[in-house]
Amino acid sequence: MIVRILGEGQFEVDDAATDELNILDANLEAAVNAGDEKAFRSALEGLVSRIRTLGTPLAADALEPSALILPYAEATMDDVRAMLNDDGLIPG
Amino acid sequence: MHYGGAGAPLWPASGSGVNDEGMVAPMSVMKRVSLIFKSKANKALDRMEDPRETLDYSYQRQLEMLTQVRRGVADVATSRKRLELQMNTLQQQQTKLEGQAKKALGAGREDLAREALTRKSSLQTQLVDLQTQYQSLQADEEKLTAASQRLQSKVEAFRTQKETIKATYTAAEAQSRIGEAVSGISEEMGDVGMAVQRAQDKTAQMQARAGAIDELMASGALQDAIGPPRDDIQAELDQIGGGHDVDMELARLKGELSPGEAPREIGSGGGAEGRTESQSAARPGRSADQPQAGDGS
Repeated sequence: MIVRILGEGQFEVDDAATDELNILDANLEAAVNAGDEKAFRSALEGLVSRIRTLGTPLAADALEPSALILPYAEATMDDVRAMLNDDGLIPG
Repeated sequence: MHYGGAGAPLWPASGSGVNDEGMVAPMSVMKRVSLIFKSKANKALDRMEDPRETLDYSYQRQLEMLTQVRRGVADVATSRKRLELQMNTLQQQQTKLEGQAKKALGAGREDLAREALTRKSSLQTQLVDLQTQYQSLQADEEKLTAASQRLQSKVEAFRTQKETIKATYTAAEAQSRIGEAVSGISEEMGDVGMAVQRAQDKTAQMQARAGAIDELMASGALQDAIGPPRDDIQAELDQIGGGHDVDMELARLKGELSPGEAPREIGSGGGAEGRTESQSAARPGRSADQPQAGDGS
């Protein structure tokens, strides 16, 4: 499956990693919901670095949409909330 | 009408933790973000009656976005260069203060030397702050440059595909192919658009801070603001210089005549001998950029 890290580009990640990413993503969601900045930071950075490790960068001229999109590594919890609420953060 | 596959399961099927109706990993962050990007793409696709028009419309937007990203890269580079200049100025100021400290010690004024070094260390704090900002801007510049190159590659690929689709397919046939290509590139544009926005917000903040520092430097207030007001090191040194310059100059000349007897000693507070080094580091006289505070008092 194709996963995008915002600000970094797209990665091809083996489907076998789905469960692992699922758990990490759930941790991220829980941290956002709990408003736990520390847990959020480590969950986001963990997820970003895991995708970088597991994934292979997609060719620059690929035009395929991603199955999953991860906020950029430095995103704050507010950034992520705004993204999820679609507060006009994403152009288009 | 949606082309982007919004009806696909929320998670790629994988067994454990995935239930039937796609309500997987409830409220998954990554999936939700991707759905938001997809809905943007779908809006673009819904706008046109003939999906082939969507291709041209999207292509125009892509070219605009490319211009915007390149401008973003240039803005960040400008900010970075400005920081570079400021860092150089601060470093020069530090060197000057160190020279003053040496001269003060040479004149037996440890208090003045301490003051000069205190100011130097305050400048160091500012310098470290600027260096941190500089590195962060450098990283942004690299990321944006890479993003700009990625977008460029995709725009070129899109243009080729666009021409193929328009030449080969009827409107009805073209739909699914257009959907895929437009979703892919509109996701990229959304991403790049956000990155440019972030970089612009950040450079705007840095420009404001840089402007403030520039003003302080121009007014000379940066040095004075750090130390006690108008207790200017150079002014005092100049005053001392009035009395001791001849002695020091003599000592320097003596040192030159007999180089072996010029010990490298500072802070002894003794006579005027052996000051070769401090004397040359800070020549007496009035420096052009220092107001002569001592004159009025």
